[in-house]
Amino acid sequence: MLSISNLHASIGNKEILRGLNLEVNAGEIHAIMGPNGAGKSTLASVLAGREDYEVTDGSVQYNGKDLLDMAIEERAAEGIFLAFQYPVEIPGVSTTNFLKTALNEIRKHRGQEPLDAVQFLKLMKEKMKLVNIDQSLLSRSLNEGFSGGEKKRNEIFQMAMLEPKLAILDETDSGLDIDALRIVADGVNQLRSPDRATIVVTHYQRLLDYIVPDFVHVLYKGRIVKSGPKELALELEEKGYDWIKAEAV
Amino acid sequence: MTPYASYNDFKEQLLASFRDNEERMNGERKAPLHQIRRAALRQFDQLGFPTIRHEEWKYSNVSGLMKQAFELDETTTLTPNDLAPLEIPNLDGNILYFVNGRYHPELSHIVSPAGQVQITSFASALKSEPDLISAHFAQYANYQENSFTALNTALANDGVVVRVPDNTTVDQPIILRFITDSRTKNIASQPRNLIVVGKNSELMLAESYRTLGEGASFVNVVTEIVLDRDARMQYYKVQDETEKAYHIGTTQVNQTDSSHFYSATVTLNGSFVRNNLNIRLDGQYAEAFMYGLYMPNGRQHVDNHTLVDHAMPNSYSNELYKGILDDNSTGVFNGKIFVRPDAQKTNAYQSCKNVVLSPGATMNTKPQLEIYADDVKCSHGTTTGQLNDEALFYMRSRGIPKDEARTLLLYAFSQDVLSQIKIQPIREYLERVVQEKLGK
Repeated sequence: MLSISNLHASIGNKEILRGLNLEVNAGEIHAIMGPNGAGKSTLASVLAGREDYEVTDGSVQYNGKDLLDMAIEERAAEGIFLAFQYPVEIPGVSTTNFLKTALNEIRKHRGQEPLDAVQFLKLMKEKMKLVNIDQSLLSRSLNEGFSGGEKKRNEIFQMAMLEPKLAILDETDSGLDIDALRIVADGVNQLRSPDRATIVVTHYQRLLDYIVPDFVHVLYKGRIVKSGPKELALELEEKGYDWIKAEAV
Repeated sequence: MTPYASYNDFKEQLLASFRDNEERMNGERKAPLHQIRRAALRQFDQLGFPTIRHEEWKYSNVSGLMKQAFELDETTTLTPNDLAPLEIPNLDGNILYFVNGRYHPELSHIVSPAGQVQITSFASALKSEPDLISAHFAQYANYQENSFTALNTALANDGVVVRVPDNTTVDQPIILRFITDSRTKNIASQPRNLIVVGKNSELMLAESYRTLGEGASFVNVVTEIVLDRDARMQYYKVQDETEKAYHIGTTQVNQTDSSHFYSATVTLNGSFVRNNLNIRLDGQYAEAFMYGLYMPNGRQHVDNHTLVDHAMPNSYSNELYKGILDDNSTGVFNGKIFVRPDAQKTNAYQSCKNVVLSPGATMNTKPQLEIYADDVKCSHGTTTGQLNDEALFYMRSRGIPKDEARTLLLYAFSQDVLSQIKIQPIREYLERVVQEKLGK
């Protein structure tokens, strides 16, 4: 599904990704771990198309297409979803209105008819249960005045509504207490399917207790320096990142 | 018509028009009302047109006004066909049409019973309601310092006079539609409105300005509003004129005890627009809410000057103006809050927020607080910035195309003001036009 090869990306004059390789197949969950500043969020941002980053070398193939060639909204329409580390507050636009616009744009891209108000509400009700989110939250301005946990749940709710093929969760666990973490993880797990893939970017192993990955990769200095099964996460939790750093030198 | 050679030409033309009118008068020449007009004319003569050296006109240069010559009292008649493109869908109520400043009863319809509200043209009220006119005309709008107000006070010959008796809710809104027909000539008009709302009464009134044709237009309007004790008024001013339209207007509000005034001033289009909204809170527990939205593009210039004068204790004012500026447009916001020594326990809030979409657009903001009482709460803030890139990225990352994301964000930005408009057909009309303008 996703094939990243020798990816180099910079912000300003600073190179952050320095030859990153990663293969993700449908049905798989990949965890990307690593110390602060390794380039985890940069990877998530580059995949979603954030314009602050410049890709200087390498390629990203997504379902046989050149991902780097696509506009941000085109990537979303093709099924890429980034759950933000810091979801943005959008005053004056309700979550409901926002999602209806987004969903119908994506449907238009796929050649599907737009959902009418009744169909949309039905779908929304169904997905609300998934992340235990309240109706009143959804009629408010998007993320405005939401608590940290509410913002993250809203991200997963949006993901459930848009049904992406490749979901990228950028530090979704940061700022969550254990109950919120469980709700978020439940939402992600219920969306697991053989034709979807998920990349979980996280600093801590904690989230991986709930979202069990098929593969764990360690990102350090802009490259994946170690990959392994889910047990690698436990090892990292126990030993920290220093041994990885030593190995990588 | 050839343009004026200098400022003086236009001024001379205006002064001569006053003398011509005067010559046609009989007994009225000695009337107190005419004495006010003469004083105002003298004041206009003395002040002349303001230049940018005048502090109140620092960012608004009216010299463009003199680049064409205007007809001062050119009446035309419009057919319903002419008006069709200007219509506001689903609008009900008292709809009054003024063409080039003159009231046209054949285009208008008044639906409210006379016992609820008296709606008279200014021209006929001069004859039929001399007491009302002399009690209020030019008693609030200051013609000593503002030359455009002086000019209007001297020359105004039509507009509307609205009087709501005590303890009455006017259940249908009053919509004043000022249409300048500049299809064949450049037209100047000086509408004058007087709105008097009695004790514990309620009124909704909107002024809408449109232009027909390709010629230049100059509207110099003054509206005086008097709210008696416990009166409540919704007041909207909507401007959607052409690229050759000059609009200078003053709305002067005088509020007494526990009266409430809610206003929204929405400027969609016009070449040069200057709105003065002056509110005197001359009573305890009086409240004024002022909202504004302006969206200039091209080379349009929109200037909003507001003044809230807290004269008595326990009064409240709250102001929110928002601007979206594109291309090479310029905007001005000057918000003055004056708290007099007697006005203890005043609450006054002011905020002006702007989004500048293009490097060629400029916004000038100037809050001015003059506080002479010591037990007051006042705040003000202005922001001018670009569209939030992070918000755009967020929306696009959910599949919303860039242009649509931009429109959604700006539309949401405008909603804080538009949602205040309680005359639903006007709000819906504005929402549609704003969306169309943002979508361009």
